[in-house]
Amino acid sequence: MAVEVRIPTILRTYTGGEKAVSGAGATLSELIDDLETNHPGIKDRLVEDKDGQDDLRRFVNVYVNDEDVRFTGGLDTSVDDGDQVVVLPAVAGG
Amino acid sequence: MLRIDQEIHDAIVAHAKKDHPDEACGVVAGPEGSDTPTRFVPMVNAASSPTFYEFDSHDLLALYKDMDVRDEEPVVVYHSHTATEAYPSRTDIGLAMEPQAHYVLVSTREHGNNEGPVEFRSYRIVDGEVTEEEVVVAAPEKS
Repeated sequence: MAVEVRIPTILRTYTGGEKAVSGAGATLSELIDDLETNHPGIKDRLVEDKDGQDDLRRFVNVYVNDEDVRFTGGLDTSVDDGDQVVVLPAVAGG
Repeated sequence: MLRIDQEIHDAIVAHAKKDHPDEACGVVAGPEGSDTPTRFVPMVNAASSPTFYEFDSHDLLALYKDMDVRDEEPVVVYHSHTATEAYPSRTDIGLAMEPQAHYVLVSTREHGNNEGPVEFRSYRIVDGEVTEEEVVVAAPEKS
């Protein structure tokens, strides 16, 4: 079992064009590290350094089972086998 | 070139006028790979701002799941500028994440909520590079 991660068009260059990949980890943070080992470069598109700590990029939305992780603990959000994670860049501008 | 139906064009303009002086935003979805915008989906500007727009995060997820089920993609991503010209701002360029989309900009600076012409322009935004393209508004099909 693993966690399915849905990848947006803009990041499919890191997944060989795949719309969904699988990963493992107990938290979103671990899951992203696991993705990075198989799809190098993807982590930097999801996470940025904020005051010496990793944080989700402001204009990247991540959902675990349809819940925006900003409301469930951010990178510390727990994930479980069988969960579905969706990554979507914000649609925003000025 | 962006080819868009008169009806959808008018719906985008009407949305921009209604939300003025705040920015209006939305997408026109279409069958994946078709480059044809067919389904008008106005979105709420969660920022409710005259200088910024952002789709609400839950609406965004619902939109993409819906498009996924229908084998659609966002063919057009539109928003309005309410005090400046219909040209992508630096923020627009930095946050443009749909390389296959036509980014439509409408400016309501001249007539606001009232009747009157608006600027309606379309761009490709890929890797920070903006290319304006022709907009062809197709008349409704006669039956």
